[in-house]
Amino acid sequence: MRARTLYILSGLCLLSLVSIVFALSIGSMEIGLQQVLNALFSDQQLLESRVVLELRLPRVIAGFMVGGMLALAGCLMQVLLRNPLAEPYVLGVSGGASVFALLVMMAGLTGIWINIGAFTGALISILLVFGLTRMGQNWNPMRVLLTGVVVAAGWSALISFLLAVSPATQIYNMLFWLMGDLGYARFSGFSLVVLLVCLGASLFMARSLNLLTYGDQQAAVLGVPVNQLRYGIYFLASLLTATAVMQAGSIGFIGLIIPHLIRIALGSDHRLLIPASVLTGGCLLIIADSLARTIIAPQQLPVGVLTAIIGVPVFLALFQVIVFKQKP
Amino acid sequence: MTLLSATSVSISIGNKLICRGLNFELSQGQRWGVLGGNGVGKTTLLKYLAGLLPPEHGKLEIHGKPLTVWNRKALARELGVLFQDSQDTFPTTVMETALSGRHPYLPFWSFEGETEIAIAGQALADVAMAGMEDRQIHTLSGGERRRLAIATLIVQNPRIWLLDEPTNHLDLHHQIVLLELIIRKVTAVQGALLMVLHDVNLVSRFCTHAMLMIDSQTIICGPIHDVVTRTNLERLYRHPIRHIQDNGIGYFFPE
Repeated sequence: MRARTLYILSGLCLLSLVSIVFALSIGSMEIGLQQVLNALFSDQQLLESRVVLELRLPRVIAGFMVGGMLALAGCLMQVLLRNPLAEPYVLGVSGGASVFALLVMMAGLTGIWINIGAFTGALISILLVFGLTRMGQNWNPMRVLLTGVVVAAGWSALISFLLAVSPATQIYNMLFWLMGDLGYARFSGFSLVVLLVCLGASLFMARSLNLLTYGDQQAAVLGVPVNQLRYGIYFLASLLTATAVMQAGSIGFIGLIIPHLIRIALGSDHRLLIPASVLTGGCLLIIADSLARTIIAPQQLPVGVLTAIIGVPVFLALFQVIVFKQKP
Repeated sequence: MTLLSATSVSISIGNKLICRGLNFELSQGQRWGVLGGNGVGKTTLLKYLAGLLPPEHGKLEIHGKPLTVWNRKALARELGVLFQDSQDTFPTTVMETALSGRHPYLPFWSFEGETEIAIAGQALADVAMAGMEDRQIHTLSGGERRRLAIATLIVQNPRIWLLDEPTNHLDLHHQIVLLELIIRKVTAVQGALLMVLHDVNLVSRFCTHAMLMIDSQTIICGPIHDVVTRTNLERLYRHPIRHIQDNGIGYFFPE
């Protein structure tokens, strides 16, 4: 089992590198693979090299991390709520982030302030849901889910309200942000630390997560400290989502389908599911972003549109295969 | 030797009192059968005995240490539970489920190796599920799931076994074969078991002691022949009972 996991993960690492190089070579300026490699490893003074290193690389790396964070948060949320429909935004994290980001935009602030606003909003929403569900006692996934969904609906109403009262000149930017876009994303040490710490912590509890899918009580009698584990999962997933939303708005779909995709293809063992989801989520997001930048160039699409356009058919096709295979 | 002890334990669920001042000891080699009407709190009692909830009053201890103080992983090596039903939200295989019983014995970031797979394979063979290792658990029948849960408990290999209606979903043959198997496994580790059953005759056939949960004030504990009597059972089920002797063994049937 260990050997299989290592083989698959090495394969996915390779795939990630290929995706990154591919994403670096795509854009309004044609840059060949040769030149990308050139820029990365030797000559860094050419114009092409500077485009690759200064414009594209930060966005691609940030995109990869955002994709990874969303996929990981999705895995964790699905186990936490024991619900296959759970995804990173289901408990209202992105709603809270969006409301505050829009408020910042309305105030006329730009750049880093939008990120800070989004992160603040996400944290407020996380704590609100945590407090409302009194997560410590009497845990019931359905109650947490309902509370989160209702909070999310509240945020969503506020978003509509803010859009309705905003001046027309700002609406375009706001909608773009809401749909999820890597235009604001910059490589940041903070995201890297969040991703690595959360990935490490999730891998550390991976076998406990496997047990949690059999139910709280079954997990507890097999030796899992269920309450502590739940707090851990909730805060890890929330931190990941908040960081991802801060970087890139609410990019949909990755957090929902990547974990399912990996489960269908590779099984439900979290020791493989978690790292594989991070890598695949990263790949999907940067490929989608490359396409979003170029398909109707010089105009750019929000990457959230592309993740869905790629994700929906791939997921449905795989799902059909599985259903077909399982027929008796 | 006492494995699990309850000292003046009071338990309630919601506003309903389950028991008050319960004293009882589960000792090495003992097999307890718990009998009681629907909703009297048999499953709830089992959850407290498993340390899933702290009792309101009194002490529940293993080796003189309160259950709620035990590290869960260490406790899982001492005590295992078979619940009434199992959940499965995400696809997993029979083998993966059986291997989950090894969790308390493995360090956190560690994969199950040859040893673990051999142990799980043997347990699956014990419950007549060899060859089904790669089946998805949602394709199993109710009885097969039950046998898989028992196999997982065999893999876990604790000394104290708490079983909530182990014969649920099992056909007549498997009821007997699996109860005999469970008793062999418990005896092998010099352990003890406590099981909730609805079949009085299975209790008198397989248990050494019985606990009759008549109501929260009246819980009768003791050796099987002292406790499982026609009078007590009639009081327990509020139903007339007939006692039939066959080959020197007594059987109880509802009138």
